[in-house]
Amino acid sequence: MTTAAIDTSETKEYFINMGPQHPSTHGVLRLLLTLEGEIIKNVEPHIGYVHRAIEKMCEKSSFQQIIHLTDRLDYLSCHMNNEAVCLAVEQGLEMEVPERVKVIRTIIDELNRISSHTLWWGVMGMDMGAITSFLYGFREHEMITEIFEETCGARLTMSYNVPGGLMFDIPPHFQKMVKDFLVHFKKKLPEYDTLLSNNIIFTERTKGIGYLSKENAIAFGVTGPSARASGFACDVRKLKPYSAYHKVNFKEIIFTEGDCFARYKARIDEMWESVSIIEQLIDNIPEGDYFVKTKAVIKLPVGEYYQSVESARGEFGVYIVSDNKKNPYRVKFRSPGFANLSALNKIAQGCKIADLVAIMSTLDLVIPDIDR
Amino acid sequence: MNEVTEYFSDIFKGVRSLLKGMSVTGYYFLHPKEIITQQYPENRDVLKVPERFRGELVMPHTADNQHRCTGCSACQLACPNGSIIIVSDRIETPEGKKKKIIDKHVYNLAMCTFCNLCVRACPTDAIVMSNDFEHATYDRGDLIKILNQPGSKVLEGIEE
Ligand code: SF4
Ligand code: SF4
Repeated sequence: MTTAAIDTSETKEYFINMGPQHPSTHGVLRLLLTLEGEIIKNVEPHIGYVHRAIEKMCEKSSFQQIIHLTDRLDYLSCHMNNEAVCLAVEQGLEMEVPERVKVIRTIIDELNRISSHTLWWGVMGMDMGAITSFLYGFREHEMITEIFEETCGARLTMSYNVPGGLMFDIPPHFQKMVKDFLVHFKKKLPEYDTLLSNNIIFTERTKGIGYLSKENAIAFGVTGPSARASGFACDVRKLKPYSAYHKVNFKEIIFTEGDCFARYKARIDEMWESVSIIEQLIDNIPEGDYFVKTKAVIKLPVGEYYQSVESARGEFGVYIVSDNKKNPYRVKFRSPGFANLSALNKIAQGCKIADLVAIMSTLDLVIPDIDR
Repeated sequence: MNEVTEYFSDIFKGVRSLLKGMSVTGYYFLHPKEIITQQYPENRDVLKVPERFRGELVMPHTADNQHRCTGCSACQLACPNGSIIIVSDRIETPEGKKKKIIDKHVYNLAMCTFCNLCVRACPTDAIVMSNDFEHATYDRGDLIKILNQPGSKVLEGIEE
């Protein structure tokens, strides 16, 4: 082998693999980076490491069995995912669920959103090099997890929804638990600002970094807090209210800066909105049944059903094609993580490689949601 | 001149923001009671597991070794993962009729996702979720369990 003389007079583009085993990709995601010096020229995400063919498995499952599979997409917003399937099935059966179910679903949705955002906040801090925030974020996350555990018997993969309602009624002390948590959380959320939002190192690393324009957010189908930080109003809870969202007053958090800090701030502010939504509903849970009995074998009429919900990361959609059998003919999930990841290349181009971690954190990617 | 003041005020503000953050961590350092870490497994005796916690599928038996399972296989059909296999037996009743009864209710804990669908499907409430969550074992075979105890019978009066 001959050794060619290496030209050292100028920099050249080179490639580097980030992941699949990398702490800040939060799972098995491989990013093929094209770099020139420290500047990112191109990011090519390689996905599929945790592909489990969930959509295909759904075709073999009954409608009740699909629900536990959706827990395993975006496990941090499992309740919203469950709800989307249930709403789609209920839409197909033309079934009206009791008000009680709608209100409880909404409360749990928002608790789930807070728990997802607290965990994201902790991990975001850790990605930026601050282990402290990881432990603080988990404190509140754990309290919500305990409420879930009391309510439905599972901590993470809840499967609390069933077509027609809920699996269990809420426990008698549910309201007290949630109120205690809210009192605690409202005291602790300002701590988040002191620890991270106002921290000079953190703001220097996020302000003005990773700009996503509104046009690009729309073009790539970015949804959720990541898109609202670019000024794109896309909250499904406002646009197509489901469950009890038409009954509550809340603000859609919109920022126009479109940088990492705006995406960060959008989530922090969203937690305050979630607190206010829960406060409006927690004392007004209507009496009634917690579920409507369905047939043991559910068959949807021939047709297509789509239902989207606002998960913690954006619009989560379920598309079901039914041919009136006990299994769906085809199921497709519109997962927010996949669309948000697609914008990563656009955002990261021209940034430094160290900023990529901040950008990925603020997009809040969950890899099983992307791969399915 | 302006730039210089800005430079120093930036440094001052930066240090102040760091100190503010440290005051939060310092507070918890001085108030260890507010720290919520649980000392598992040392706290096993006082550990409170919620009643609904789904840890493992079990079949409760009465004092004289009777259970409520008729062997109808509804749980097997409801399970999305094939974790339950019902092995049934045929017996002849005193009246001379053939009847299906349960021989073995095989439950594979390793394949279970604790979705609770089997418990919901059971028409006679024969199976429930227990709170036990410490399933670690050295042998994979230990995770395949036979839920009906040896020599157990169906409780009188439970019919399909
Ligand atoms: S809990 Fe779910 S996965 Fe486990 S045995 Fe029952 S139905 Fe099957
Ligand atoms: S446990 Fe219940 S559902 Fe399963 S076979 Fe026995 S009676 Fe039927």
